[in-house]
Amino acid sequence: MSLLEITDLSVGFDTEDGLVQAVRDISLTLDEGEILALCGESGCGKSVTAMSVPRLLPPDTTRLSGSVKLDGRELTTLPEAEMRQVRGKSVSVVFQEPMTSLNPSFTVGYQIAEVLRRHEKLSRRDADRRATELLELVGIPAAARRMKEYPHQLSGGMRQRVMIAIAVACQPRVLIADEPTTALDVTIQAGVLDVFRDLRDRLGTAIILITHDLGVVADIADRAVVMYAGRAVEQATVAELFAAPRHPYTLGLMNALPSAAVDGRLAEIPGMVPSPLSDPDECAFHDRCPRVQTDCRMSRPPLVRQGEEHLAACFHPGGQS
Amino acid sequence: MLWFILRRCGSAVIVLFMGSVLIFLGIRALPGDPATVMAGDEASPAVVAAIRQEFGLDKPLPAQYLDYVTQTLTGNFGRSTQDQLPVIDIIAQRLPVTLELSALAMLVAIVIGVGAGIVAAVRRGRTADYVATGFGLAGLSVPHFWLGLLGILLFAVTWRVLPASGYVPFSEDPAQNLQRMILPSLVLGAGFAAILMRQTRSAMLGALSADYVRTARSKGLSETKVVGAHALRNSLTTVVTVLGLQLGALISGAVVTEQIFVIPGFGKLTVDAVLTRNYPVIQAVVLVTVAGYVLVNLLVDVAYAFLNPRIRLSGARHD
Repeated sequence: MSLLEITDLSVGFDTEDGLVQAVRDISLTLDEGEILALCGESGCGKSVTAMSVPRLLPPDTTRLSGSVKLDGRELTTLPEAEMRQVRGKSVSVVFQEPMTSLNPSFTVGYQIAEVLRRHEKLSRRDADRRATELLELVGIPAAARRMKEYPHQLSGGMRQRVMIAIAVACQPRVLIADEPTTALDVTIQAGVLDVFRDLRDRLGTAIILITHDLGVVADIADRAVVMYAGRAVEQATVAELFAAPRHPYTLGLMNALPSAAVDGRLAEIPGMVPSPLSDPDECAFHDRCPRVQTDCRMSRPPLVRQGEEHLAACFHPGGQS
Repeated sequence: MLWFILRRCGSAVIVLFMGSVLIFLGIRALPGDPATVMAGDEASPAVVAAIRQEFGLDKPLPAQYLDYVTQTLTGNFGRSTQDQLPVIDIIAQRLPVTLELSALAMLVAIVIGVGAGIVAAVRRGRTADYVATGFGLAGLSVPHFWLGLLGILLFAVTWRVLPASGYVPFSEDPAQNLQRMILPSLVLGAGFAAILMRQTRSAMLGALSADYVRTARSKGLSETKVVGAHALRNSLTTVVTVLGLQLGALISGAVVTEQIFVIPGFGKLTVDAVLTRNYPVIQAVVLVTVAGYVLVNLLVDVAYAFLNPRIRLSGARHD
């Protein structure tokens, strides 16, 4: 049994324009100590998929179906009070924006100690001591002094490390990192990724890494799920994915990497993402696909096995290895 | 922080000085003459002239101002032209009444306004929000005097649960005092509560949609902690600003409210003093009001620094 099992998860939001279906029939698993990358462009549903696990989506407007199981325990139907025991303790989150995700009115130390006092029932003094250790763990120098500082006194990279310290404070089973390096300088990115790797190695934390940056995926992830228009279109180990991408969208993403640029120009994927309001029975990528044929417009390709530990949703997969 | 407060006190002195000049000239620009009012309708010009001389009103304006300032600085506010009592005694008698009324009204406003604002923001788009916003609009639109009369009519005349008017000092009978203060402080606090409600609601709405609130939820904190600590703390700056800005409105509201409920406070004293051209009383009353205003603004600034660490630190760096 995997640590985390997501089965047939669909998530929609009630809006003034009607139901917007952000995620459709996603199934994935996460093992202990594994780093799984969820990748795809903005709006493909990768964050919504991940935020469904700790149920951090707006409860009034979210329409969710399917199953999310942590250690065999169903989370989607868990009462809110029990869910609060899970959040921050078993499942924690590092958010994208380090600038705004910390509360400007509380000291860094307070914000780390708070989660320890909530879940580990530590005294104020013990929580503070542990928080200082956590700051050291994530690589912040002069941790004792930083404890008393406010978020605005810290640089972006430092704030992201504080976010990570909060997220790992209670040694979670699953850590969700939502674009953790996007807002950071490249030089700082590598350091933050090292912190994640270190946590996985030391504590066995499983990590879901949400990113649109395939460079980050190649650097740190064990396995990757590529999403497009709310669906998983390809799933494979990272080595397998980069060696032999099957789905034309994955290939397009790789060609759009600066390192793959020809004559100094980035290769973009032509066309637009389809509207999430409608869902015709066809391949969502057919408008933009270089390998499109008649059958792609007739029905939706299912996610099928293309090799050992390699799934892709395409009638005409390429790159046979 | 200390330096910040000292600097604030320095500017307060300047504000007080300018206030004293303005009020001194302002009341003398009004038509009417205290000596004529004091002497009565039938008095001969000789009597009026004698009274003028007694109160120094025959001297040129700069000389009168100099007298006034030197007297004030030595703690002597002069005597009322109306009943010859020392102004300082009159103020000592009236000021606590208004302070009590204002404090109670402010308490009413904070409890109702901030409370309803938080509820409205948390229950946004639901019945509680519409009810709070509706009452807020009503509270803003209804004038004090009408609300006061309505309150007297309902609570004192129809239901007979509260006295209609009058004042009993707190030191004489606390229960009676509070009972008589309920209606006036509700009337005076209502409009204030409405403003606070709207400001708190919008500040809380902003805070509740902030990323750090999502972070707080992701820690597994209770909704009480998320709303009451993380969101509210960041909304309080707005609330404190409104409190400071509305103090002027509270004072002018007290004038009307004290008239309706026949409360012998500062507001009633001011109105009576203006009507009888009682220069020393008007001057003293306005000066005390200005001082109160300056003091509250100083407190607001200090509260800011306390609530918002960014203000505190940037202030410290510049000092």
